[in-house]
Amino acid sequence: MPSVCLYFHAHQPCRLNRFSVFQIGSHIPYFDEEQNYYYLERVVRKCYIPANHLLLNLIKHYKGKFRVSFSLSGLLLEQLEKYFPDVLKTFQALLGSGCVELLGETYYHSLAFLYSPKEFQKQVFLHRRKLNELFHYQPLAFRNTELAFNNRIAQEIEKMGYKVVLTEGADHILGWRSPDFVYQSATAKNLKILTRNYRLSDDISFRFSERSWSQWPLTPDKFAFWVNQINGNGNVVNLFMDYETLGEHQWEETGIFQFIENLPKEILKHKDNNFLTVSQAAKLYAPVGEIDCPQTISWADTERDLSAWLGNQMQREAISKIYDLEEPIMSARHRVLQEQWRKLQTSDHFYYMCTKWFADGDVHKYFNPYESPYDCFIAYMNILRDLQMQLKEI
Amino acid sequence: MKILMFGWELPPFHSGGLGVACEGLTKALLAQGAQVLFVLPKKFALPKTPFPVLFANEQEQKSRPFSFDFSAYSTLVCHLGLSDKNQKAQKAFAPSDLLAEVFAYAQNARKIAVGNDFDVIHVHDWLCIPAGIAAKEVSGKPLVVHIHATEFDRSGSLPHPLVYAIEEQGMQKAERVVAVSEFTKNKIIDCYGIEERKIRVVYNAVDNDFSAFSVRGANELLALKREGHKIVVFVGRITLQKGPDYFLRAAQKVLAYKPKVFFVIAGSGDMHAQIIEQAVHLGIADKVFFAGFVRGEELKKIYLAADLFVMPSVSEPFGITALEAVSLGVPIVISKQSGVQELIRNALKVDFWDIEEMANKILACLDYSVLPHTLKEESQKDLAKISWHKSAQQCVKIYQELCK
Repeated sequence: MPSVCLYFHAHQPCRLNRFSVFQIGSHIPYFDEEQNYYYLERVVRKCYIPANHLLLNLIKHYKGKFRVSFSLSGLLLEQLEKYFPDVLKTFQALLGSGCVELLGETYYHSLAFLYSPKEFQKQVFLHRRKLNELFHYQPLAFRNTELAFNNRIAQEIEKMGYKVVLTEGADHILGWRSPDFVYQSATAKNLKILTRNYRLSDDISFRFSERSWSQWPLTPDKFAFWVNQINGNGNVVNLFMDYETLGEHQWEETGIFQFIENLPKEILKHKDNNFLTVSQAAKLYAPVGEIDCPQTISWADTERDLSAWLGNQMQREAISKIYDLEEPIMSARHRVLQEQWRKLQTSDHFYYMCTKWFADGDVHKYFNPYESPYDCFIAYMNILRDLQMQLKEI
Repeated sequence: MKILMFGWELPPFHSGGLGVACEGLTKALLAQGAQVLFVLPKKFALPKTPFPVLFANEQEQKSRPFSFDFSAYSTLVCHLGLSDKNQKAQKAFAPSDLLAEVFAYAQNARKIAVGNDFDVIHVHDWLCIPAGIAAKEVSGKPLVVHIHATEFDRSGSLPHPLVYAIEEQGMQKAERVVAVSEFTKNKIIDCYGIEERKIRVVYNAVDNDFSAFSVRGANELLALKREGHKIVVFVGRITLQKGPDYFLRAAQKVLAYKPKVFFVIAGSGDMHAQIIEQAVHLGIADKVFFAGFVRGEELKKIYLAADLFVMPSVSEPFGITALEAVSLGVPIVISKQSGVQELIRNALKVDFWDIEEMANKILACLDYSVLPHTLKEESQKDLAKISWHKSAQQCVKIYQELCK
């Protein structure tokens, strides 16, 4: 009997101001409040409000048979608190339904695990504290930024008390094995791993509105048929995607909301099927094997790696420079500077510096609030210099 | 396929990108199997070319003395820029000189069209348009007008009415108009009212030979670099269109922040004296080198010493020098008001008037070493997609459409 584990990730970064070299030393704000509000308002309107409403209705309608898991980055939560407290309430209502699980992650949606295990722990802790503050909730499952995962992260997470972690069902890690089972880490034996079924997940998140796709239009009964085919060959179908898929990546006009609305009905038609949250799935099914992952994998691109964040020299330079500041920032004990330093760790900044698809002009792959990856790099480096100056001044 | 092509100049006797582009395109057309008879208005000692060149004035029984001035093109431009503002300049502007050349060219073109066999007429810019129209009139063959620059690019908002009229008439009469960029295509639609359906965008490219030939002799600029100076270059005519004044104002901002930078201006033009004066006035004269009009080896030396190439053009239909810089591995800062920025995504881009941002980007490039490195590496991917071969293919397709 395949269970369906539906997991959504929601996050909004704090985008940078166009900080010019002539502003170094001025200490003007690093983050573009206006622009961030613009993007947040849009995603709230197009996705969070209608999608939360829909999921809440589904949960009520199916009386415990429809479940869903979420991760909400700390940065998103604080922006919602500030600008859209009513929307935050709807997330709280979702959790209150008893059919929703929240996952832990780094508060600042960072790649800290690669550069500073200490900072990584602190950010995970900050996120825990935020979930406790807003939801009175202690997460048991973990998702790392971009579902990045390796053996070392597994050990780190296990030490912090998490029981289950999500990652990509990457072919080069699973080999012949299916993503539709529960695994355990080769290096952290008590940590269970759920792997994303990227084919079925991407059918919704990427291909749903793709008219040139042979399976278009995707209907709930067709999708349920594919899920049913796994019956006997798998335990849990992990559908992991950005929450913004609903209404933002796939516009309302594509019929994505109707699809989600009718999906539970079609899935549950088969009496063997059910919906589980991440931790429920990990608890219910015994691991069928180990995952040994010496290299970092992620849920991104065909490479399933972090090359979109760290693939070019600018990205690596910027990220290594920000972590060079860890020691001085920590010893300065200045709350505001510390917070700014952490906001600068958000992975999105490095993603905006990506040049991978830039020459192709592929706008679908390449969303960037800056005109070019170079503009982002310049602003970032200028801000870093200003931050260094501020540090020296205290 | 036989093409009768009218040009105005060819390297090494060129005053700007037009001659370079004509040569690159024609060579590539030959490789496509097209036969090109290239016509120039006047006889001069051109080195051997891979395609036949006809000198229009040799068609005359009694040719005028050999006195063609290849700087005439830019000389005209300078007068146009001033024509409405300055009465004196307007008087000094003797359109008869250049226009007489242009119309003499047309007269001769008539004879050439009668005496030669061809399928399509292809002309470059307004200087050759009357020749193209004349050839079309006597032969009835389709006309392609290739626009490398419009009068609006050269003169800002004060187009010379006669030049404008020639351009407008040529494009109206042409079966196809080739624009060197989307930027230019839009100008052709907006300022000349030409129907979009007959316009095709064919980008310029950069000749492989340019990066291939080696440079002999000492490069004095490298000595400055060894002393820890950075070199920022401007390559282009010193005219309103190219924005040298914006370059200097950005230079001043850069120097206030980072003194060990030299700015090299390679080019000549009607704003030369004004720009030298401006450098003095801005207090940066000791940091600005005027290299004059350079080509070939000397030009390449400048590129090879450059840490950064800046093209601050006010209105740049294409900007072939930016491609030259990229082909030699020089990172570029280019104006958003240019055609080349449609091709090179991996460049730093600024509005020509945004001095502060231009300086910001120049400084970032000089200060954060991974930035020029990444630009250099990534821009090669853009360059790899550009070739005269591809542009010639597009032209052949246009000829085929017309000869169906």
